Amino acid sequence: MSAGFYEVNGKQVPHDEEGYITNLSDWSKELAEVIAKQEGIDMTEEHWDVVNFLREYYEEYQIAPAIRVLVKAIKKKFGPEKGNNKYLYELFPYGPAKQACKIAGLPKPTGCV
Amino acid sequence: MSDVKKFLYVNRKAPHGTIYALESLEVVLIGAAFEQDVALAFLDDGVFQLLKGWDTSELGSKNFQPAYTALGDYDIQKVYVERESLEERGLSEDDLLEMVYEDEDDDWAEKSSIRIVSREELAKIMQDSDVVLSF
Repeated sequence: MSAGFYEVNGKQVPHDEEGYITNLSDWSKELAEVIAKQEGIDMTEEHWDVVNFLREYYEEYQIAPAIRVLVKAIKKKFGPEKGNNKYLYELFPYGPAKQACKIAGLPKPTGCV
Repeated sequence: MSDVKKFLYVNRKAPHGTIYALESLEVVLIGAAFEQDVALAFLDDGVFQLLKGWDTSELGSKNFQPAYTALGDYDIQKVYVERESLEERGLSEDDLLEMVYEDEDDDWAEKSSIRIVSREELAKIMQDSDVVLSF
């Protein structure tokens, strides 16, 4: 991927070469659907739980959590059947932190190595 | 794991005006992925990094202070603050951010990560660390 734009409702939203949007304030639910589609993901309620959770986490701490921290936090909020790597990788096969953050309109997680 | 090392990140600079505080924080967050024994130290003007209530709106930079309160999630349980540095700046523990972690061995009870230590104690802590990174 190279830097470019997502098309949402006739508007262009700029993203970087990895697909993360440039201005966090450009995010909308419609945009999330567009990014998800490009990632090959059909957004279900379960996907939204994770995406919404990430946005809340970012709002509070101003950072996108590393995968380990995300798993732990999801476990705390939604229980162990969702707070585990397997479940989250099934939802977001190319890495829950990276992919879900992209869809959530957040920067790439700090500590994502 | 047999090769866990004791890391100490030493923060001595004011939070704004230079990139040191933010860089240190980012390195801490990245380093946390490697499951080492990590501690942070704040001394000299570095204590201002933990002073509650930053307002960066006039600086045109992001207020990254909330990220310090996430460090507990990254299993960082030891945040040393030098008492003399606080006193020299007319500050006390009450002026600092609340930083907590959950103690796995105590039914996940929330505990404060902040430990106020004397200059002498901090020197000893530095001596006992395997890796000291200064910012």
